[in-house]
Amino acid sequence: MSALRRASARIRAFFQKRPLDADLEAEIAAHIEMAIEDNIQHGLTPLEARRQALIRFGGIDLAKDKQREARGLMNLDILLQDIRYTFRSLSRDRGFTLVAILILALGIGANIAVFSVVNTILLRPLPFPNSQQLVWIAPPPTKCGISCATFSTDAYDEFRMYSHSFQDVTGYYAFSTSGNLSLSIGAGAPVQATSIDVIANFFQLLGVQPAMGRSFTPEDSRDGASPVIILSDAWWRRQFNADPAIVGKAFDMNGHQTTVIGVLPKSFDFGAVFSPGVKVDALTPVDLYGPLRTQGNNFTFIGRLKPGISLAQATQDAAAAAPHMCWLNTIPQSCGSYAQRNGKGGVVPVPLKDYVSGKLRRSLVVLWSAVGGILLIACVNLSNLLLARAAARAKEYAMRSALGATRTRIVRQLLIESLVLSVAGAVAGLALASILLAWLRHQGAIALPLLGSLQIDGAALGWTVLIAVFAAVFFGLVPGIRMATNNIQETLKDSGPGSGSGRKHERLRSILVATEVALACVLLVGAGLLLRSFLKVLDVDLGFEPQHAAAVMVDYDIQGKTRVEYLQNQSIAFQQILNRVGSIPGIQAAGIVDYLPLGQNRAWGTPFPKGVKPPQGLSPSPLVYVITPGYMRAMGTRITGRDFTWDDGPNSTNVVLINKSYARFLANYTNWPNGSAVGQMLNDGRDLLVAGVVDDVHEESAEGDAGWQIYYPVTQNFPNDAQLVVRTTLPPATMATSVITALRELNPKQPVAEFRPIQSMVDHANSPRRFFMLLVASFAALGLTLAALGIYGVISYSVTQRTQEIGIRMALGATASQVQRSVFVKTLRLAFIGITAGAIASLFVSRAIAALLFNTAPADSVAFVAMVLLIGAVALLAGYLPARRASRVDPMVALRNN
Amino acid sequence: MGESKLDLLQGTLDLMVLKTLAATGAQHGYGIARRIEQVSGDDVLLNQGTIYASFIRLQQRGWIDAEWGTSDNNRKAKFYSITRSGRKQLEKDAAYWQRLSDVMGRVLAMSPEGNLP
Repeated sequence: MSALRRASARIRAFFQKRPLDADLEAEIAAHIEMAIEDNIQHGLTPLEARRQALIRFGGIDLAKDKQREARGLMNLDILLQDIRYTFRSLSRDRGFTLVAILILALGIGANIAVFSVVNTILLRPLPFPNSQQLVWIAPPPTKCGISCATFSTDAYDEFRMYSHSFQDVTGYYAFSTSGNLSLSIGAGAPVQATSIDVIANFFQLLGVQPAMGRSFTPEDSRDGASPVIILSDAWWRRQFNADPAIVGKAFDMNGHQTTVIGVLPKSFDFGAVFSPGVKVDALTPVDLYGPLRTQGNNFTFIGRLKPGISLAQATQDAAAAAPHMCWLNTIPQSCGSYAQRNGKGGVVPVPLKDYVSGKLRRSLVVLWSAVGGILLIACVNLSNLLLARAAARAKEYAMRSALGATRTRIVRQLLIESLVLSVAGAVAGLALASILLAWLRHQGAIALPLLGSLQIDGAALGWTVLIAVFAAVFFGLVPGIRMATNNIQETLKDSGPGSGSGRKHERLRSILVATEVALACVLLVGAGLLLRSFLKVLDVDLGFEPQHAAAVMVDYDIQGKTRVEYLQNQSIAFQQILNRVGSIPGIQAAGIVDYLPLGQNRAWGTPFPKGVKPPQGLSPSPLVYVITPGYMRAMGTRITGRDFTWDDGPNSTNVVLINKSYARFLANYTNWPNGSAVGQMLNDGRDLLVAGVVDDVHEESAEGDAGWQIYYPVTQNFPNDAQLVVRTTLPPATMATSVITALRELNPKQPVAEFRPIQSMVDHANSPRRFFMLLVASFAALGLTLAALGIYGVISYSVTQRTQEIGIRMALGATASQVQRSVFVKTLRLAFIGITAGAIASLFVSRAIAALLFNTAPADSVAFVAMVLLIGAVALLAGYLPARRASRVDPMVALRNN
Repeated sequence: MGESKLDLLQGTLDLMVLKTLAATGAQHGYGIARRIEQVSGDDVLLNQGTIYASFIRLQQRGWIDAEWGTSDNNRKAKFYSITRSGRKQLEKDAAYWQRLSDVMGRVLAMSPEGNLP
């Protein structure tokens, strides 16, 4: 009880220092006065009376100190004193302080930024309620990408009926092209946007509530229902000026009056989760039972597990449901085909989180380790700086401890100094990181999921505190311990160079620098390997030539009562477009395709050589593209055989183009003369003449293997969309206006569509690799700079310390170049030790990142040699300046000093 | 002074202050210090200044109160007085000291054979 009372009294006393001190002062003064009076009454002279009184009282300051100690929080007082002292001494040493804070800010800032990315993409759950219940249901990844990860309407129904571990299953139409929505307001040119068709229960299943209005109901997706749309927050703000009364308004979209029934919350971005790097402006309900029902595998599956159901149970359940699923219920042979799709289990739930970010795990972990390396280098560097500072202040500390400061007090002082520095560094780093993150947030073109929701949150702040404390202890402790173990007398005597403790300092600093060089070395090798991989990816023959080509979405409206009439009108319309655009000066070639490579794709079936029976349980189907004559030339894809012509009409022989991989695959089942598929007949229910064989096009990404592809002519088939591809002699961007003007002359409904250079699509596909490569490379550059600073610091310090010795040597006849050489040798030795250790460590590290490399061996000699040369050169440069200074030492001046 | 003075054991000063206040009533710092010196027959080495640390300790525990007032010869001084809980504490501490000193007396009176006197 009384102890508690005392503690609270002490805390109160701590904050009332001034009044309490004044009170004590007055009390002591009264005490002394009374004592003097007493003494005078006993017959002493006033002077003697005062002397006696003071003697009896003891030391006044001591009494005050003891009272204060008993009264308040002495330790806290001392701490504040230390902090004040630290601020004073740091502001006196402004250059050192700024460099230290800058180094820390870079190291900590990079760490916070990368942590936030890792946290957003890997650690934090997806932005949906109970998101751990959400699963992505698809076969394991295959060559044919999303086309083999989709299901038909009937399969959707059967799966929902026969599976029991899901609260519900939803999905979306996987083959929308970006720019598929054309919004007309008033008389102006239509605006192009991207909308995704989702199954009506999509939002209920994810647990997303519209910010305004309502979400879809099953009625919205019925055949013949009046069209409705839900806008994304971003599009609502951009296109509709954040109109608060937007719900209920109707607009002309793709020629239909479409009612806006809701606006999504800012936190939900379809693209960020399901198709990173693509801007999705709106969502529309899909009619499962309309024409799409017979059009094959169109829908992805997303399920929500029932509470308490484990993933293993769900996997078993899905596998049990798979044999009941039919591609089309009216075709009994199609039932069960999903169960052994692609030769493996075809219906497998994986956590949605893994689907979204699983591929990035390894890259992010590497990135995380790289910034960890940077932080280590920064700490080592600072340790070194502090050590140099401590050496310079050794006398001060010795003096203080001679005057009665305890060792703990001095070490505490040093730790407080490093803590103050690292807190300042952390604050600056936080600012740096938030700038970096703000920039990243707006990099919509980087195909990484959830980038838009990057932010510095509680977890990131906690992480900041953690690394700041770690840094402080790490770089403060080494000099602290070193100081504490120093012998006072030695230090006070240690007046000249060459004495023991100076040497010891130097050895420790050299070890630190060698460590720094080794760490930088590992980072550089890693960056070098990633850079080599990236260059290799850029070198991949994509099967088309992205330079000098661009694509634009074309609006067309074809009428026709019969299939033949429709196809003829379609041919006429496309010919008109291509003739008009082809006549624009600067356009070399033009063609139309419905799906561009590196974007969406789909498959129809697997045509086999005529007369050959396809084997059972067959593997993936080729991806399908519907193209016009001239498309191959516009894309720069080479054809063996012939291109389609406008004469391959609806009534003539059906023709196709197939790619080399598919031709090679088919050749295994038949005996073609000359081994060439050109001119041969395939069959998938109808006869298909192979007009030509074309190069493999990388349709998923530059890095993946090219799969099988088949091309059908628009003169005989129905494209889903029309992407006009032009090959230009001038830079594509300069042609945008003239091409779009020409299109609008032909069709006033043509929206002002984005004119996309094909190169930008390739860049987009490569963007995650570019992103990681650039980050690791900049970390490596940072590490190299810090290591160079470290080398410079140590060598330069040792030259300063040895000025006298150098002076004597020169006086005794050493030449400038001999002095220079000796300094160089020292530098080289440091660099050599660091590089050797670093190269060995790199061998292990590179093996760990082997999975991230593309066509590059982990022990790639080019990367290793380049790294050794680079870091060696930097080390020499860092050693050159002090070496030159050493060679210019004037013996007379050096000897006269000290 | 011949014999050297006694060093105060830890905690004894607080008890002396409490006892003095209980005996004399409200008193200022100088008065308390003098009183202790007189009672101890100048046997105790007391730097009068150290008594102020004791005052603050006792005050913070609520065993004594302090108030500014005027001394007999019209001088402003801080007067300390013992509180109710201070008296209780004094009883406890005094009993403890009594026992301790009895034990010490008996231990030190041990004869070489270990027999009690």
